[in-house]
Amino acid sequence: MEPVGAVATRTDRAPSVEGLDAASLLDLHRRMVRIRVFETEAGRLMESGDLPGFLHLYVGQEAVAAGALATLTDADQITSTHRGHGHAVAKGAGFRKMFAELFGRVDGYCHGRGGSMHINDLSIGMLGANGIVGAGLPIAVGAAFAARYRGDGSIAMTFFGDGASNIGAFHEAANMAAVLQLPVVFVCENNGYAEFTAQARHMRLDDVADRAAAYGMPSEVCDGMDAVAVRQACRRAVDRARAGEGPSLVEAKTYRYYDHQGVKGLRKPYRTQEEIDAWKARDAIELLEARAAADGVVDAAEFARVWEETRADAVDAIAFARASPLPDPATLTRDVYTD
Amino acid sequence: MAVRELTYVKAYTEALHQLMGADDDVFVVGEDVAGYGGVFHMYDGLLAAYGERRMIDTPISETAIVGLGVGAAARGLRPVVDIMFMDFLAVCLDQLVNQAAKMKFMFGGEVRVPMVLTVAAGAGLSAGAQHSQSLEAWLAHTPGLKVAMPSSAHDVKGLMVTAVRDDNPVVMMLNKKLLGAKGAVPEELYEVPFGQAAVLREGTDVTVVALGRMVVEATAAAGTLAAEGISVEVVDPRTVQPLDTATIAESARRTHRVVVVHEAVTFGGLGAEIAAQVTDAAFDHLDAPVLRVGAPFAPVPFSPALENAYLPDRTRIAEACRQITKRS
Ligand SMILES: Cc1ncc(C[n+]2csc(CCOP(=O)(O)OP(=O)(O)O)c2C)c(N)n1
Ligand SMILES: [Mg+2]
Repeated sequence: MEPVGAVATRTDRAPSVEGLDAASLLDLHRRMVRIRVFETEAGRLMESGDLPGFLHLYVGQEAVAAGALATLTDADQITSTHRGHGHAVAKGAGFRKMFAELFGRVDGYCHGRGGSMHINDLSIGMLGANGIVGAGLPIAVGAAFAARYRGDGSIAMTFFGDGASNIGAFHEAANMAAVLQLPVVFVCENNGYAEFTAQARHMRLDDVADRAAAYGMPSEVCDGMDAVAVRQACRRAVDRARAGEGPSLVEAKTYRYYDHQGVKGLRKPYRTQEEIDAWKARDAIELLEARAAADGVVDAAEFARVWEETRADAVDAIAFARASPLPDPATLTRDVYTD
Repeated sequence: MAVRELTYVKAYTEALHQLMGADDDVFVVGEDVAGYGGVFHMYDGLLAAYGERRMIDTPISETAIVGLGVGAAARGLRPVVDIMFMDFLAVCLDQLVNQAAKMKFMFGGEVRVPMVLTVAAGAGLSAGAQHSQSLEAWLAHTPGLKVAMPSSAHDVKGLMVTAVRDDNPVVMMLNKKLLGAKGAVPEELYEVPFGQAAVLREGTDVTVVALGRMVVEATAAAGTLAAEGISVEVVDPRTVQPLDTATIAESARRTHRVVVVHEAVTFGGLGAEIAAQVTDAAFDHLDAPVLRVGAPFAPVPFSPALENAYLPDRTRIAEACRQITKRS
């Protein structure tokens, strides 16, 4: 079978830095590096058998979460997916509580009750990853409803994959948001695959963005390996939402470097090495660094410092997580209900 | 503190009207709830009173409707989500069972989902297999959900007030065949607490635990049986999650015999749970095994000839009571 989908539809432009000052570029860079380091370490820990459960890693897709979440404030709400670490990190979640949750410890975001797929942080508007494909979309529409009901000026953003665009919840949520003209941004992270099924075998369109037209919703496609491009596209959608102009859909073409779950695929390959290499050649972090340095906007040493600080943060957080106590089985039925 | 006669459905509308008046965070969302007032007239007058901001008509999108409720509730509002027929929960169960019910626990305890989901439940109107079910067993089996089954106008209002003020997702099962039933309802807001059964009639020979509309049937059966010298105690749990096992077991210790009645199919229904709980709590006091009266293991049929045979009623309840008092 021919490799389909992802490579054919990606754009070949180099990331642009036009119009962004050093602080904004460093902000995008820091968000991406934090995701990359977190996920690389998480993958390593999984491979060494330290982490229980599933792990859907975000490596390769960093530009999407970084670019999209650079447009929001802590008051804005997001819902995420099974591949949710990147969204949490880019929204501002802390490594310590995230790693502790992956280890299943009491100091984790969910006190060991949730795991990778339920990391949430209400204090920064992270309304949760989700184990059910597509389920975050209607919830984000509800958060957007609450924002407008209260008139607090906040908006909601919801992340979903190319595969998720085939589930009813996506279509219902999109139509509902459009009909009610709610302040929500739908961000499709099109990594070309739903698990092991290439896009061309799960839908008959090249662009998920085309689906927005069915709901009378504006949409655009952007280069998901270019954090600046994602930021710009999301900024337009966020501005529309804040101005009361209703929902929009942004599709970012991207790629995951690791397997659907975990790091390395164990069974028969479903992607070619050629395809993987082609995407890696346009690595979002490397390209942002190269371009910013070439344009003389940011000094390379600044980037190096971000990497260093982030790695130190991860070392600290993993030690914290390992030292955190295991949850007490006597608390098993706690927090099922609010008293 | 005036008390008047109101229908079951008007008691619901009145509760909501007063709750919305008291708390701006309460809003209603669902299909045809605003402009039309709800297909069962549950929301008549509320659009005029509260406007389109708080009465929201939606497309036919049950997943998105419940999801809107979940998201809004997680953000602190108190949505009342209307899913017309209980049967339609099957198309949006994910948002209820995997999202609303589990969010607090799996998120680590911080979030609250104060959402009320109102459904019309129950058979007896020839509405057919997809518009007649009583699916309380599905819901009561799900940690995180609460399930109320009012049997009277009084309890509709009181349970609705409790439901809207509760910080957990609550499913209000309004029985379609009881919508027009009248009862005494206080004018002011009052709560009927969850997990507190009502002993509606005291008796000494047999306890009948009845759910929803079956409470009405059980009470009628008790009247008939009194004339035959069988004294029946009627217990209405009012909520099946939480379930007031203590009151049921206490009654069982006094009457030594228990019959459980519900509209839902007997197999795997609440009757099985109640029978097990009574057996655990009061085995030494029982003179006979707990009897269950429910529907046969088949979808709800359409033809009145079939549906009448399918649904438990006062005759079958009375028969079960005679049987259980005879064998011991
Ligand atoms: C309702 C539902 N169906 C199936 C699954 C199993 N599943 C988990 S991830 C996934 C693929 C999702 O693909 P996509 O939306 O493109 O996200 P990606 O994994 O590519 O980030 C599937 C089928 C699920 N978790 N939920
Ligand atoms: Mg995908």
